[in-house]
Amino acid sequence: MGLGKFLPVVGALVMAGLACPRPVSAGPGEVAELKAELEALKANTAALETRIKQLEAATASALPPTSPAVAAHPAAEPPVPAPAFPEAAPAPPAAKGSNPTAFNPAISMILTGNYAALSEDPNTYRVAGFIPSPKEGPGPRSFNLGESELTVASNVDPYFFAQVTASIHGDDSISVEEAFFKTSALSNGFTVKGGRFFSGTGYLNEIHSHNWDFVDQPLVYQVFFGGQLAQDGAQLRWVAPTDYFLEFGGEVGSGRAFPGTQRDSNALASDALFAHLGNDIGDSTSWRLGISWLDQRSTDRAYSDFDQFGAPVTDAFTGAAKTWIVDGTLKWAPHGDPTLHQLKLQGEYMHRAESGALAFDTLGGNLSGAYDSSQSGWYLQAVYGFMQRWRAGLRYDSMDSRHPNIGLVSSGVLPLNAFPSLLPATPDRATIMVDWSLSEFSRLRAQFAWDQVRADNEHDRQLLLQYIFAIGAHGAHKF
Amino acid sequence: MPRLTSRLSVLSLAWLCLATAPAQAALKVLATTPDWASLTSELGGDKVNVYTATSAFQDVHRVDAKPSLVARARTADLVVATGADLEIGWMPVLQQDSGNTKIQPGSPGYFEAAPLVHLLEVPSAVDRSMGDIHPLGNPHVTLNPHNIAIIAAALSARLAQLDPSNAALYQQRGADFQKRWTTATAKWETEAAPLRGVGVVVIHRDQAYLCNWLGLKELAAIEPKPGVPPSAGYLAELVTRLAATPPKIILRSAYNDPKAADWLSERIHAPVVLLPYSVGGTPEAKDLFGLFDDTVNRLLAAAK
Repeated sequence: MGLGKFLPVVGALVMAGLACPRPVSAGPGEVAELKAELEALKANTAALETRIKQLEAATASALPPTSPAVAAHPAAEPPVPAPAFPEAAPAPPAAKGSNPTAFNPAISMILTGNYAALSEDPNTYRVAGFIPSPKEGPGPRSFNLGESELTVASNVDPYFFAQVTASIHGDDSISVEEAFFKTSALSNGFTVKGGRFFSGTGYLNEIHSHNWDFVDQPLVYQVFFGGQLAQDGAQLRWVAPTDYFLEFGGEVGSGRAFPGTQRDSNALASDALFAHLGNDIGDSTSWRLGISWLDQRSTDRAYSDFDQFGAPVTDAFTGAAKTWIVDGTLKWAPHGDPTLHQLKLQGEYMHRAESGALAFDTLGGNLSGAYDSSQSGWYLQAVYGFMQRWRAGLRYDSMDSRHPNIGLVSSGVLPLNAFPSLLPATPDRATIMVDWSLSEFSRLRAQFAWDQVRADNEHDRQLLLQYIFAIGAHGAHKF
Repeated sequence: MPRLTSRLSVLSLAWLCLATAPAQAALKVLATTPDWASLTSELGGDKVNVYTATSAFQDVHRVDAKPSLVARARTADLVVATGADLEIGWMPVLQQDSGNTKIQPGSPGYFEAAPLVHLLEVPSAVDRSMGDIHPLGNPHVTLNPHNIAIIAAALSARLAQLDPSNAALYQQRGADFQKRWTTATAKWETEAAPLRGVGVVVIHRDQAYLCNWLGLKELAAIEPKPGVPPSAGYLAELVTRLAATPPKIILRSAYNDPKAADWLSERIHAPVVLLPYSVGGTPEAKDLFGLFDDTVNRLLAAAK
């Protein structure tokens, strides 16, 4: 505990120093460079001369020299007869003069919203068998304004890149999804990220919601991470110098996000390690496998439940949650071109062990005892682009809470039904999806789920219709 | 225990950092298209080790930042890209995730071809309602051999800059390439003279430089707007519109979906000519010379 927890950070900083960019060396090579440039210029001039001759010839044969057509709507305009053999001028120098907006960062905005028709009351949604996370379930019924995601990103200087993604919610609140800097000047495959960022653990965790293949997250992400794990901390990644993709990463964080809690302590409370391996099979298939490990600590993480008499109580967990994640993703497209057809298979398995203390009725009797769990969940999904612009998907979710050891119950202080949320359960859900993307920037989606996660085993039939629109800078997306 | 694990991992990563000293062999090049790969090989010979990120059967604009590409970007000494936003959907991820400072924008190890030449179709105003247009101009610059000559000269210089010990060799290979290329260009232009003024229909705006070079008259594009597939209504309208000025041929790139072109071909009785578009797009287009040989041959055969 204490200062020892800082060591990883110190290590990362030391390494950042080691890998710092060296100034470009000037030496005998420079002369050769200049010579080469001169030669290139000569070649350029020769090419130009050739072209001038051709132009002269073209003019002589009574072809009017035409300036290149500037056409944004080419099909809508009358065709311009193009001159033969004219177009080889080097790019003209850019217009001079100051432009105060030239350094504006890339700004993009994602608009989302949905319509939900749910057969069960979303206010009573709870995945049975697990200590509830702050974000479970399909959200409210009827029309909902989803997250409006504003991303501002730019290189800071030759050494750093920075990005902020703020999420404006339908209830008029704003949250910071990500706000991080990332190094771009470390060599040898290293990058350091700091600030608030989606953890690199798992596959789906780093992917922003507008790029999900379904409206909502898999159950296991909702239950184990409250949707997505954003770390306040630092991340170090290293890509191996191999022909296939091999990457290792480590993170340290404050643990402010579920299943951690913000604690009154200098220690770090959320550590993560991960490794990724990936490559291509032929020219049509690519894949990535990952393994991740997380250790997150929490203090008095409260949640609401009912006691054995049905009265509402607040319980709280203090301790550690250690999670293993194994993930796999495979994409196939004919010759690697996803324009017409693409198949994406993706699955993740997670196992979480919690150990610590569980307090019962913290606002009343406040009894406390040990708590240990060994729980798991997985999902498997397939999305297929069956024709241009159209995709269909299937997903199956399964969770297994097993029998947690609740000290207050095993010691006989309280009956098991004093913790109704923790009664053993095996929730599951099946989802089908179809979406339609008129362009790279718009997507309309319909999704239907048979959701059987509640303690009473009632089937919740959920219909979700969603829109996703992207405006502004063209995004670049991870695999 | 877990804290110890994370500390050890950081230490082992640090050790690996120091252990991976750069081994100076051939210059490692990641080319975004087969054309740039071919050009780099012409100019670098056995002093370059080229990996091609895409094939002629892929729309280079719609490529995933695949793990294999991040791995290649990690070890690259030089990235040869088209630029003008063609690779905007994936190149930034490779640059950011590879941890390779050599290939960052603005570094000598990041070479962009399009900014070196005069771009066609630079829009005076941009709006996404126009489809997936490129604000900097049409990025499909390869299909004019004069562009290739300019780009080759700059790439030769860049290779010499990155690998000064072989500068003389790059200079010699560059001069040799320019000589062969000038001869070949003259040959193509003589052969292609009958193509001047021939009316064509294109699918995407990726043949603009070819049409401009050879004086082909681009009568219409099957995509109503760049990157937007045609609707049945638009195609019907196209048939009506082209009745007045019938095109002689419909150009299709190897990576294009043939359906719309074939449909239109039946209605307006103009043959579809499959063009390689990129090195490897047809069996004959083995390298840049083959690409232009085959493109000109196929056009001439179809325009007869």
